[in-house]
Order: sequence, then structure tokens, then C-alpha cells
Amino acid sequence: MAKTYDVIVIGAGHNGLVAAAYLARAGLKTLVVERNPYIGGAAVSRELHKGFLYSNCSYVCSLLRPEIMRDLELPRHGLQVIPYEGGALFTKDGDVLATSRNHEVNRRAFARFSRRDAESYDRYSTFVMKQCRLIRPFLMRTPPDPTSVKPRDLGELLHLAKAFGELGEKDLGDTIRFWTMSIAEFLDQYFESDVIKAYLAISGIIGTALGPMSPGTAYVLLHHYMGDVDDQIGAWGFARGGMGAVSRSIAGALEAAGGEIRTGAGVSRVLIRNNRTMGVVLESGEEIRAKRVVSNLDVKRTFLKLVDETALPSDFVKSVRNFKIRGSSGKLNIALDGLPRFSALPDDSPCYRGDMHFTDSIGRMERAYDDWKAGRFSRDPFIDMLIPTGLDPTMAPPGKHYMTCFVQYCPPLIEGREWTDADRDAFGKTCIDQIAEYSPNFKDLILHAEVRTPRELEAEVGLTEGNIFQGELTFDQLLFNRPVPGYAQYRAPVKGLYMCGSSTHPGGGVMGAPGRNAAAEVLRDLARPRTMGDAYAVI
Amino acid sequence: MPSFDAIVIGGGHNGLAAAALLGKAGRKVVLLEADATLGGAARTVEFHPGFRASEVAHLVTHLPVRVIDELGLARHGLDIAGPSLPSIALERSGRHLVVTAGDVGGDVAEGEAAAFHDLNRKLALFAATLKPALAKAPPRLATRDRQSALSLARLGLDIRRLGRRDMRELLRMILMNIADVLDEELTDDRLKGLVAFDATLGTHLGPMSPGSLLSYLYRLAGDVAGAPQRLILPKGGMGSVILALAGAAKAAGVLLRPGAPVERILVEGGRARGVVLEGGEKIEARLVVSAANPRQTLLDMVGARALDTDVVRRVSAIRMNGNAGRLLVALDGLPEIAGLDRDRLAARMVIAPSMRAVEEAFNPAKYGELPERPVMEMVLPSISDPSLAPAGRHVLSVTMQFVPYRLTGGWSEAAREELKARVLSEIEAHLPGIGRLVRHAELMTPADIERRCRMPGGHWHHGEMTVDQMFFLRPFQAAAQYSTPIDGLYLAGAGSHPGGNVMGLAAMNAVRTILETEGRR
Repeated sequence: MAKTYDVIVIGAGHNGLVAAAYLARAGLKTLVVERNPYIGGAAVSRELHKGFLYSNCSYVCSLLRPEIMRDLELPRHGLQVIPYEGGALFTKDGDVLATSRNHEVNRRAFARFSRRDAESYDRYSTFVMKQCRLIRPFLMRTPPDPTSVKPRDLGELLHLAKAFGELGEKDLGDTIRFWTMSIAEFLDQYFESDVIKAYLAISGIIGTALGPMSPGTAYVLLHHYMGDVDDQIGAWGFARGGMGAVSRSIAGALEAAGGEIRTGAGVSRVLIRNNRTMGVVLESGEEIRAKRVVSNLDVKRTFLKLVDETALPSDFVKSVRNFKIRGSSGKLNIALDGLPRFSALPDDSPCYRGDMHFTDSIGRMERAYDDWKAGRFSRDPFIDMLIPTGLDPTMAPPGKHYMTCFVQYCPPLIEGREWTDADRDAFGKTCIDQIAEYSPNFKDLILHAEVRTPRELEAEVGLTEGNIFQGELTFDQLLFNRPVPGYAQYRAPVKGLYMCGSSTHPGGGVMGAPGRNAAAEVLRDLARPRTMGDAYAVI
Repeated sequence: MPSFDAIVIGGGHNGLAAAALLGKAGRKVVLLEADATLGGAARTVEFHPGFRASEVAHLVTHLPVRVIDELGLARHGLDIAGPSLPSIALERSGRHLVVTAGDVGGDVAEGEAAAFHDLNRKLALFAATLKPALAKAPPRLATRDRQSALSLARLGLDIRRLGRRDMRELLRMILMNIADVLDEELTDDRLKGLVAFDATLGTHLGPMSPGSLLSYLYRLAGDVAGAPQRLILPKGGMGSVILALAGAAKAAGVLLRPGAPVERILVEGGRARGVVLEGGEKIEARLVVSAANPRQTLLDMVGARALDTDVVRRVSAIRMNGNAGRLLVALDGLPEIAGLDRDRLAARMVIAPSMRAVEEAFNPAKYGELPERPVMEMVLPSISDPSLAPAGRHVLSVTMQFVPYRLTGGWSEAAREELKARVLSEIEAHLPGIGRLVRHAELMTPADIERRCRMPGGHWHHGEMTVDQMFFLRPFQAAAQYSTPIDGLYLAGAGSHPGGNVMGLAAMNAVRTILETEGRR
């Protein structure tokens, strides 16, 4: 007799765990099955070199919705977020733009490069913050179907129209411009210094297969600014103990509510009979029954690998095949024998405890993207580098350090063929060489380096084509178009099958919103909406 | 007492259309054109002794029935009854593809032709859905404005009428890039290259830039005398369009004054009162209608002092650096083209062998550099209008992408020669032997177009045609309904909705607004 649950969640990534935790707290008998021997998906801390913990996929924590932290009491389950203290952008000519959490300090740093830009910074910040405030409430709402005439969809569309209408004519026009412009063009309206523009453009490209000159990247900036640490919008921070601490805390909330997790339990297919979900079959052949299955996997993996195609409408399958999920980034995780010194920074600079960058112009960023378009990794890549151990000593032995480097651009295939180990090593060397240009003692300190390309990311975490957002963040794949038009409300075309990964609205980042919104839809179908507290009341 | 009801600035096609329409409405109008010849970017010039060609615009793709009829262009000599030119995607090996109004012929896989037909039908449907919005002033975003609310509701309704399936497709695809769309549906590199070229022609977008599909829909939304997807070389050349428009203007009593460059627009008490010409001559009128570029109009002719800082900032931010160059070639005869009959030469020939080729031609333009291998379209206008060249000789009119307005290091003579050589070598590679026929080749970079046609940035459309500069955001929000922050000053050129191409709708929408607004006064 197969085991039976109320709901099975496939994949113990942060969204799967969030969905499961909400469902378990609503009283459902919930099981999470995970292929890997550990939980977390791309939010993990792994000891890949003795004594060092690597946040070897995602590495910063800021987008995680505060509502979820509160609902699931994540701090009680061990989550602690430490904000960055500063940041640095090193220029080719040996200078540095040293930034801070503090707006005034940033202004002064900007003024070193351009007085005019320092003045514009207030105007810029006000505008971007206004945009953040506009969009944040929609992260936790299921997108309406604009083709539907159901009261719920019409009501939601009205709500959307009202929120935008309240902006007033001028701000609404500016909002539409902002959402459709490239980050480079957007910044051109405010700033003249290439260094400042390069610094502010960073959030417009992270995780996307677009360059800073591609229309639509100003919106991507917003996606990265929606986070808040200590109520400071746009602030970023580390999770103490690495990103695995995020997953562990959510798992703690899940288990406290009676949910179960089984690791080493990869799903081979979803059981469907007469257009109804019956459960899952594990790779071992074991069957587990549940009338509701929620997939945390990306939309391609879920529907092209785990579900029998004949059980799905052909239009839907075509849309899923056309879903754009090209990976664009790579990652280096490095164990260091000591703290690398950067010639342009004083030893006691708070910038060591923040994000560091080496791309000092939009042009260099864009050229890095040109390589991706041509199917090559960037020869002069963009690197988002951090040393979390400056703030969190738990991740390395005393006196030693852990460094994470997020790198763009890195294509899923090299000129149309699979990556080889030699390609990967060449990619790693390119990144290390770039950092060494600014830090003379860096190379000598390297004890171990893990280099990850989209190939490794897909093999280990199961993210198709190594796309960190489970699908690109372009308008054709946002809001009611995410993951595919007509299926943006977390339900698959099969009764009882749901999606809760970053392939769904509002998309990637360690945010948890897709997981929570999916759980809300499962509970709505079960007509138990009251169990989700105030946050649910708005849906 | 002002001597005129209205002054129209600019003798390009929109200026002429606006003047003619105002004249027809009983207004006393003078049209001021800086150049000695009317026509703006559709002007015909002699670029080599005995050889003439249209300076910038060399094909008619958008000329609605309403513009033709209301201005009586047929009566004034416009003949566009000739056949639509096919597009030929040239290939080095001679395996050329021929595309006519959305159908592909030539050596192409059967499934591919069907897939292209279906894709074209779908995109043409989307274009037709959005098209009614082109012939109206854009709505304001203020819901309290009744007409705007109705106009927006109408657009929403038109989209809903597509039915659920197509509506979803439209809402998904509208901001996509053309490359992804083509990859979803097609496999033939030549065909994808051709569409990618058409989608990005005249814009600062590569096929992989989001928004390039919308640019293609704009192209598909065009019709010539009601027939969509046409490429028309009017009998007598592009100059005949200008002649017909000038004829219509004259018939409507408009005083046409070429060689009368406007130095500034007179503004008193926040209202336009007339203009001062470069020689100092002052002309007064109750209305000033500018078909010149919005930046020229507001910053150069009105001047920043008369405007709000916010307006100045917005006008300065309009992106209008041109992306296309021109090469006018005097030929000693018609080229022989392997794989093409001589009678097929009355065609638009495109060199854009793949999407990647278009993308790679675009990349350097982002940094103000020259494309290694330019992509381009070419026509031989002297086939349909033999008067353009001496007997037996011909004119090859080339428009190439992506030629930067600002070349890093400047447009030196060496840089110009380099670009010319690259373009000619691409043409030779696709039309072997043509080099021997070349008698003279005249290059125009966007910087030259700026100077010669007085178009800032040398941009044909008076501003990039991207979402953030379209519809109610064109040229900028506060001036999107053709009126400007200066009372009595209106915009009526390609810088306003719906934008570029020899179409006349900007002028027509503007004049309708002017007559409604000023009539109420």
C-alpha cells in the first residue's frame, strides 16, 4: 500500500519549502521530496573544502519577503540577516568608487566622480524608491488573467489599474518608460560619469540574458531593488551561516508544523489519471500518493520531464518548449588563506564587508554581453564579488576567508556545444585574473576554488540551462505571462498539479513569494483561505 | 494684425501635408522650408552629374488611403499603381529567396514556407489590431479625460476581440525581441535574416533587443493605398510624392516658401506669435505648426529659456541618434545577378544573410564603431524612373544599417572611405561583377543626413521608435497630443505619434487636433 499525503511538494528549494510550510501550517499532511541528499536547492551552504562553508549558488539574502519571515517565524528557526557595510567599484586607472549603506556617504563618493551626478542621485533615488513601493504589493498577489471575465480576475485587474492610476498622469508615463527602457538609457537621464553609471547598472543585468543597453533592463534593476533588510529598501545582506541557513530555517518552520522532508528521493514522474493528479513515482520506483502535487522545479523540467506529454494540452506544451530559460551566469567559490588586499582600498575599509566590482563602464558590461550572444563566456566578465566572512566568521576557520564571485556572462552552451572541463577552467582563470589585477596578494591566498558554469548548475541543482531565475525576466515572461500565458495562477492544466518555483510570478531571487502564492492557490482550491492570516486576505 | 493664420515649419512630407490640410480647412497658411528644394528626407538630389536619387527615403511603405484622398494626391500626379516590389534576400552562393507580401518563394523547404506564412498572418493580425491607434491622436493617461478614456477602452476592446488565444499571444509577444520569435517558428537563416533586418531597419535595436518585434509590427501596420505589406516605388520616383503634396498645398492656397530657414519662434506671454527667419524677416501668425524635429523646434527655435526645466530635460533626453547610412551609386549599366532574371531587378534586395549577421552588424554601433560587414537594402529606382540616370545607366540606392551617428574618433575622410569600401565589398560579394559598373558612390552618414536634411542626429524618424518613445510618450508625454507647453505651437512631424516613414499621419492627426482646439477658442 503506497503512502498517502494531502500534498507532495517536488523539490526542497526555498520556494518548495515555503509552499510546504504554509500548507503544513494550514493543517495539510505535507511531504517534500528532494532529489539531492541535502535540502535547499540553490539556497545552500556546503562544505566543499574542509572547514569552509560555501554559499555555492545564491549568495545574498535581501529579496526574501518580510511577510514570509514573520508568518513562518524564520528568525526563531535560526535565520539571521547581516546587512552589507559598503561596496566598491574599482576602476582601471586605480581609483575606487567606495559606496555605503548610507545615502549621504554615497553622495559624497559620487561627488568625487561628478558633482552633478551627486546632485542627481537624490532625484534618481526618489524615483526608484517610488517604483519599488508601487510594485512590492504585487509580489504577493496572484496575477490576474487579462483574458478572463471571472469576477476575481476583473477585480484584480481593476485593483492593478487603480494602483497605477493613482500615480497620476505624469508618473504613470514615467513608469511605463522606466519599465521598457534599458538601464543604460535610464541612467543617462540622470548621470554623466561612466563609473557611477556602471555601478548603478549592476542590478539591471544580474541574472539576465540581457546587456545594460537592452530595453527592459531598467525593470530588472527594480527586481533586485525590491528587497529590504532591516526595513531599508534595496539593501542587501548575508544570511549568517550562508544561504543554507535560509533553507534550514524554512525547513524548521515546516517540521514544526508537522511537515516531512525526504532527501535522496528524486521524482521520476507525476502520476496522472483522467486529468487528475494522483501522486508521484520516485526514481526508486516507489509510489507516493497525494491528490495535490506542487512542483518547485522549473516549468520545463516539470512538464517536459516529469509529466506525460499526452496529459497536457498541445498549446501548453508548445508554450513550455518556447519558454526562455537561457543561463547567463557562472559562479566561483574560493577558499582563502587570508584576506586579500585591494591596492585602492585602505585596510580598514568597510568596503571589504560588501560587494566589490571591477567593471567601470557600461560599455565593458555590454561587450561582456556581446560575448554571451555569440555563445562565448565573457573575456572581460562582470563580477559581483563578496567576502561574507568579513561579517560572518562561521563560514571559514579563524583567520581564513570565503569569497563568492557571481560572474556574467556565461552561456548554457559554448558556441552551440556542451561545456568541457577545459572551458570551465579557462572561464575560472579569466575571473581570477581579473580580480588579481586589483589585488596583488589574491592569487597566493587561494586554497581551493570551485568553478561553476551553467552546466554544473543544471547538473547539481536541476535548474534548466543553468538559469538562476528559472526563466528569463523579460516582459513576455513576467506577471500574467509567467511562466506561460493562461497559466500564471500557479495551476497546471492538470487538476491537482501546481507550480511554485521561480518560473512563476514574481520570478527569481531568494524571495519565497512564488512558494507562498502557490500555497495560497492550493488552499483556495481547498476552500480553506482563512488559514493564511492577513497576508492572504488581499488575494 | 498677423498676416497668416498659420505658419508651417518644414517642407518635408509631413509639413506639406499639414499645410495642405490647414489650407483646405480655410486657413491662410505659409510653409517655410530652410532648403532651396522642398521634400525634406524624401527630396530628390543630383548626386553625380546626370544621376539623381531620393536622398534618404527611397520606398513608400506607409501611405494610407485617407492621406491620399483627403489631399487629392492622385489628382496632383501621384501614381502608385505599380506593382509592389518583392524583397530578395541575397545569398553569396546565389541561393536567393524571394518574399512577396508575407509569402516566400525560391529554394526553401516546404514546411518553412508554410511556417513563414502562418507567422506572417499572426503578426499581420496583431499589427492590424494596433493599427487604428496610428490614425488618431494618442490618448492621455489621465482617466478623467473622457476622450482619452474612450480611446484607451477602444484599444483594449480591439485587443479583447482577438479572442482569448490570440490576445494571450499578443500580450506575451508585444515586447519580445524578433530573434526569439523567429527562433520559435522558423529555421531558414536567409528568411530570419531578412525579417530581422526589416524589424531593426532605422532603429538602434539588434534582433535580440527586446522591442524589435514591436518595431516589426509597426512596419507591418503600414499600407499603401489600403494594401498592406507593400513596397512601392512611385512612378517618377519618391520626388513625385513630394510634387503631389506640394501641388495639393498650392491648390489649398498655401504659400510655399523654400529657402526660408526659421531662426526662432516668437513667443510672447507663453504664446507663439510667429517666427523670425535667419535673414531677420519676421512673420506673424496666430499658429505655428512645426514639422521639424521636436528638439530643434523646442530647444533651438523656442529656446530653453521659455520652457520649464522639466520640459527641457525631457526634450534633451529624447534619443535620436540615427542608425542608418546611405550610399547612392551611379552605375554604368544594370548588374548581372546570378540566380536572378534581369526582370527581377525591380526589387528590393537585402543583404542580411542571418540573424546573427544583423546582430553582429549592430554590436559595433553601440560603441560608435563601424560594422565589419554592414547589412543593407538596395533598390534600383532608375528601372521604374529612367529619368534618374542617363540612358542605359542606372542608380543603385542603398540604405545600410548600422552606421553610428557619432563615430568614435570622428567621421574622418579615412573612416568614410573605410565604410564605403566595406559596403561596396559586401555588395560585390552578393552581386559579383557590380564593382566594374560603379562610376561614382556617394556616402551619407547619419551626421551627413543631419546636416543635409536638418534632422538632428540624422534620425529618419525624428527619434527612436521604441516603447518609451511611442504612442502617448512620443515625443514626450506633455507634448504627445501635438500641442506643446507653448500655446499656439504644435508639432506635426515624425517626432510625434505615430512616427516615421513617408506616411503623413502625424500631420493629419496634428491638424485634426489643431482644428478642434483652435476652433474652440
